[in-house]
Amino acid sequence: MMGAPRREALLWLAQRASAVVLALCVVVHLATMIVAVRGGLSAAEILARTRGSVVWAAFYLVFVAAIAIHAPIGVRAILAESSGGHRRRLDIAMAAFALLLLAAGLRAVYAVTAG
Amino acid sequence: MSTLVVRVWRGGQGAGAGRFETYDVPRQPAQTVLDVVTHIQRRIDPTLAYRFACRVGMCGSCAMTVNGKARWTCRTHVQAVAGDGVLEIAPLAHFPVIRDLVTDMRAFFDKWAQAKGEFVPTASRRDPFAGVEPASAARRAVDAAIECIGCGICHSSCDVVAWNPAYLGPAALNRAWTLVNDVRDGARAARLAAVAGDAGCHACHTHQSCTERCPKKLAPTASIAALKRTTAFAALAGEIE
Repeated sequence: MMGAPRREALLWLAQRASAVVLALCVVVHLATMIVAVRGGLSAAEILARTRGSVVWAAFYLVFVAAIAIHAPIGVRAILAESSGGHRRRLDIAMAAFALLLLAAGLRAVYAVTAG
Repeated sequence: MSTLVVRVWRGGQGAGAGRFETYDVPRQPAQTVLDVVTHIQRRIDPTLAYRFACRVGMCGSCAMTVNGKARWTCRTHVQAVAGDGVLEIAPLAHFPVIRDLVTDMRAFFDKWAQAKGEFVPTASRRDPFAGVEPASAARRAVDAAIECIGCGICHSSCDVVAWNPAYLGPAALNRAWTLVNDVRDGARAARLAAVAGDAGCHACHTHQSCTERCPKKLAPTASIAALKRTTAFAALAGEIE
């Protein structure tokens, strides 16, 4: 088992690194949404562009991975302040949250790029 | 001669054990909040308990909560904080109250020790003097953070200290950072492990109340951010467990 200092330091690093990835992904994602909506694309037209696209799949897989890393670490920090102990339970809950986000994200990526 | 309306916390901790009492204090030119507290204790109510020592802004003993903000009372002019003639003086926040304006500072110094905020020597008096280059990046980092006199204002202003009783706090972490950069010190690995624990540097949310309130104009936020970076790279390098 990893000691607390090493774990906290590496979680912090993962948080920062995933934040960098998210900063880029969010900008691309928002730009894409704006182009799609402004362009008046229908759902079918959007899916026609994303289905079978390796590029969109790769992009959104990276996005989903970054979210699954970043969000649980952040929520863990906030909850730790009000939990008053129960560290182990919190860590297990956050690992479960990460898996939930990953599963939901992968399902969405599959739906949009593989159909 | 106008009068100040001064509300002062009397009694112990919390609403059940204490309350604000109101005193009328004659207003003077160039009056400090410490002057006001002194006046109350000498002329009105000798049972008022408070701490001070140097009364000239060097020791940090007179720190109290003035109109909601932690300040050195000897260096706070009344006209700067009591524009409407009303002053509220309370003990430093986030510390147990012993009585009136006096707080128990033991946890503050215990956390200093928990963060390994003490120098660990590597040489003896028989060795030559250590060569510390004043212009080096490491020494400049120490110099920027070394002037802390342990007044507790940063600790008292910190939201994370309020939320997480185990949090080491800005002062202890700031001091640990100066030692991490001290080339003479021999406890780097142990100190990095001490500051990176569950309630260590990573608990800081960069609110910067500490930096805003520090009377010595130090920046504990910067020291803590540097500790976050240093511990991250130390963890990658296998320096801490």
